[in-house]
Amino acid sequence: MRRLLVAVAALALAAAGCASDLPPTGASAQPSAAPATSAPASEAASAGTGAQSDFFVQADYDAQLAMRTQTAEGPADKPWEQAIAPQMVDTAKYKKDGPYHLCFSNAAVNNPWRQVGWTTMQEEVALHKEIKEFTALDAEGKDDKQISDIAELQSKGCDALIISPNTTATLTPAVSGACPEVPVIVFDRGVETDCPVTFIKPIGGYAFGADGAEFLIEKVPAGGKILALRILPGVDVLETRWSAAKVAFDKSQLQVIGVEFTDGDAAKTKSIVSDYIARHGTIDGVWMDAGATAVAAIEAFEDAGVPVPAFVGEDQQDFLQKWKDGNLTAVAPTYPTYQWRTPIIAALKILKGEEVPKMWNLPQPKITQETLGTYLQPDMPLLHYALCGCESMPGFPGKWGGK
Amino acid sequence: MKRAIPIFVVLAGLLVAIAAANPFFLEPAGFLAFLKRVAPLAILAAGQYFVIVSGEFDLSVGSLVTVEVVVAARLIDGDEAMTWPVLVLLVVIGLLVGLVNGLVTTKLRVPSFITTLGAMLILSGAVFLWTGGAPRGALSQGFRVFGREGVWAVAILAMVVVAAVLLMRADFGRTLVATGDNEKAARLSGVRVDRVRVFAFVLSGLSAAVAGILLGGFAGVSAQVGQSLEFQAITAVVLGGVVLGGGRGHVVAAIAGAFTLEALFTLLNLHGISGALEYAVQGVIIIAAVAVGGLRLPALRLTPSKV
Repeated sequence: MRRLLVAVAALALAAAGCASDLPPTGASAQPSAAPATSAPASEAASAGTGAQSDFFVQADYDAQLAMRTQTAEGPADKPWEQAIAPQMVDTAKYKKDGPYHLCFSNAAVNNPWRQVGWTTMQEEVALHKEIKEFTALDAEGKDDKQISDIAELQSKGCDALIISPNTTATLTPAVSGACPEVPVIVFDRGVETDCPVTFIKPIGGYAFGADGAEFLIEKVPAGGKILALRILPGVDVLETRWSAAKVAFDKSQLQVIGVEFTDGDAAKTKSIVSDYIARHGTIDGVWMDAGATAVAAIEAFEDAGVPVPAFVGEDQQDFLQKWKDGNLTAVAPTYPTYQWRTPIIAALKILKGEEVPKMWNLPQPKITQETLGTYLQPDMPLLHYALCGCESMPGFPGKWGGK
Repeated sequence: MKRAIPIFVVLAGLLVAIAAANPFFLEPAGFLAFLKRVAPLAILAAGQYFVIVSGEFDLSVGSLVTVEVVVAARLIDGDEAMTWPVLVLLVVIGLLVGLVNGLVTTKLRVPSFITTLGAMLILSGAVFLWTGGAPRGALSQGFRVFGREGVWAVAILAMVVVAAVLLMRADFGRTLVATGDNEKAARLSGVRVDRVRVFAFVLSGLSAAVAGILLGGFAGVSAQVGQSLEFQAITAVVLGGVVLGGGRGHVVAAIAGAFTLEALFTLLNLHGISGALEYAVQGVIIIAAVAVGGLRLPALRLTPSKV
């Protein structure tokens, strides 16, 4: 009996040891300014897409879809300085003389998207001589570490504090606590308070999800079979992408034959897609909520010896390369890594007393067949994200691992 | 070998059920795809079998697989010329990790559960440090061919099965089982117990290297590639009727256990059940298999006399 107990305990421990506590967002994550307020559950689950997500908020959805066609204000060649429909706030009370000490509490650098962004931010800092010191702490994907990081940074004499929250609800009190002490800039994922001076983000997950779904609806003939691949259920930052796609598919003539969770794992993605090809013979389109495993999904079609259907990926180089080499019908919605430049620019504006948008909505372009050539950079690493806005920075391409 | 019969019956039943749900499975291409998917786990199960039958555990194989793939991608970085040197290096890394696990367990007398748990944490920590959290680089086409082309994967699997069977038929196999069955008796009858166990760990490390090469080839670079594989390998071995604690079980049955586990996952997936349930299924299997193995003896003892 003791042997049995030991064995079971051993296995339980083994399972616990390898379970990752990092946020499961494979490629990127988008903020949810409003938390999971429930949506009108009016959608019929007729198109094979299931029930609408609890995270769906109609007003946010409408706002994001509208923002896609609005013209952003600011220099057209510097989208990281642009803002869509900005409501400016006065920052005169934060004005002080340089040089400045900027601080940054980073949720994590645990995926290629965050690595590209983090490199880009460090290079942005290097561009500004008035920044005498830049202190950054990496929370390694842990809420509790980020809470103590934020407290620690407040004792370091920071002139401005930039926060990329690990999760929305848990980090809110920590951010609220920092606001009275120092001007706070939040970007990427949001928090449930408007105390930060500015909140910087691309348009958001609804726009991302809709961009991909609308492409498939346009390219795949009526009645075509769509496979939707998601990373995990229940994560707000990913739910919005799928819920917008679901709305689009429900209105279309397409048939969603499956909505599967891949855990962001390439091998699992490939196995799932192979199974669907075996079961359905043909698949006419693949929608994904993040592009990190898009190439694995494409390979499943190649290995099965069937044509690659219309595909939704992301702006990672491996996907763009595959797209060009295979002459695919594809689109790449993006969650641009150039947003990592903006917080530094915003911090300096605030410290110089210049006004900034309260909600800084950055443009969120999608890569299409026409623009593929501009974004495909064969000399960059396969896991590099094309929309880093970093091409003209002095450290490019070496700092990002390019040749 | 008698203990192994149930697993083959279960496996046959699952294969029939898969074929019924998906006739494509019966075509050569469909079955080849299944074999290709099973190969890494089957190889890991063979490696894990050697360790378990000698009375130990190896919990480090999952992390080791991740290390192999991440190291390969970083060093090859898309350069075909690097393929073979890196393949050799990967095998060396696998052997080395196995050797260290074995030496720490036998010479320092650290229980293998702790040794390999430590190794698992050290390896995953090292990967995290070296990569900064996300893998870099790319595998060459020459590297990926082993895992991507079904024929290669199946050929490697076949070689591993043959080698494992031959090893178990040789002196090594007998001494390995004797060690797991009764260490003292084995030692007294002249078996070099420590050496046998170290060799078992080395074989497990080697199996992780080969599995890593196949898995990296199958789907490319990923920092999650090895996640929970040690758990799956142990489940497969137990499913094959091999007794945890050592001394009983057949290597072919352990490999059949891997086939059964993968067949079960495939079947669940075909019926639209997937994701988290896979873990639950593994948990039930492992408890049930060990419980059934443990119940047999008391049941025999209770039945006579009192009537």
